[in-house]
Amino acid sequence: MSETNTQKISVMGNKEKVAKIINSVLEKVSKAEEVSRETIYHELLDVQKIIEEMRKQVGMTGVGDINDSYIPGATDELDAVVEATAQATGTIMDCCDVIMEKAGEVGGEQGDALIDQTTKIFEACSFQDITGQRITKVVGTLKNIEEKIDKLVATIGDKFPPGLDSDAMENEKNHEESLLNGPQLPDKAITQADIDKLLEDFD
Amino acid sequence: MSVDKSMHILIVDDYTTMLRIIKNLLKQLGFDNVDEATDGTAAFEKVKSKQYGLIISDWNMEPMTGYDLLKKIRGSTEAFRTTPFIMVTAESKTENVIAAKQAGVNNYIVKPFNAETLKSKMVAVLGDF
Repeated sequence: MSETNTQKISVMGNKEKVAKIINSVLEKVSKAEEVSRETIYHELLDVQKIIEEMRKQVGMTGVGDINDSYIPGATDELDAVVEATAQATGTIMDCCDVIMEKAGEVGGEQGDALIDQTTKIFEACSFQDITGQRITKVVGTLKNIEEKIDKLVATIGDKFPPGLDSDAMENEKNHEESLLNGPQLPDKAITQADIDKLLEDFD
Repeated sequence: MSVDKSMHILIVDDYTTMLRIIKNLLKQLGFDNVDEATDGTAAFEKVKSKQYGLIISDWNMEPMTGYDLLKKIRGSTEAFRTTPFIMVTAESKTENVIAAKQAGVNNYIVKPFNAETLKSKMVAVLGDF
């Protein structure tokens, strides 16, 4: 690698380095009569070295492990949480059904009190739906990371990456998909009262 | 006009837990004729084959969402296009509520909710019972 280029590489990121060299090559190609093929060859050799260096760095970070082991492991764990909570919730609700049946037999004030409390347990069981949706959202994020790493590995593996523009990918989501956000975190969610007011504004 | 508690209600949710909760709450309110579906496609088939007095649907389901179900029902030329529709969902962003209202939803309940909220929204849509 030429000394000038080596100095530049020390202060710039890989992307900028490659762009700079390619621009330099293009400029020289446009003045082909004045520049020797050897000069262009050396510039391209610099690009190749940078790509090799990037491949080595990506390999050292163990991205293969992330996709082969860590992410699938994490998603499996989360799936197991959803399954376990669903089973537990099912058992709780089975018990509630029995209590309600017995409450009906008891009747009177005590029966009503039992039914009221059991209804509250049923209501509280909706946590399983909410947590399930939150976990599904996290699993989706992990899968998205997995796909991006796959793309990175694939591009670095055989050619220079064309650039992963996440914003462009995001923009491809249509309006309807953008409405599928799942449960909002408590500090970001609007309340039932807010929703009621919003609906009233339509009337 | 009083509400006919023997009317058929369709509840749609991909979580069996939620279907069970809503069904139980409806039973507490005196509504026993409750059918279930786990996504919009299955729900639409049911809507075509039976007359429902109310549809209570989740939003986020696959392959057909509750929002798509609502639009399909409202966009139909059949009599069921005017069936009261309550969205019960964890999608609690303002734009969701606006989109649902514009698509023709009658009311919108954000999860988690309780029996009192469900009843008040049903009353708002169907009348007192």
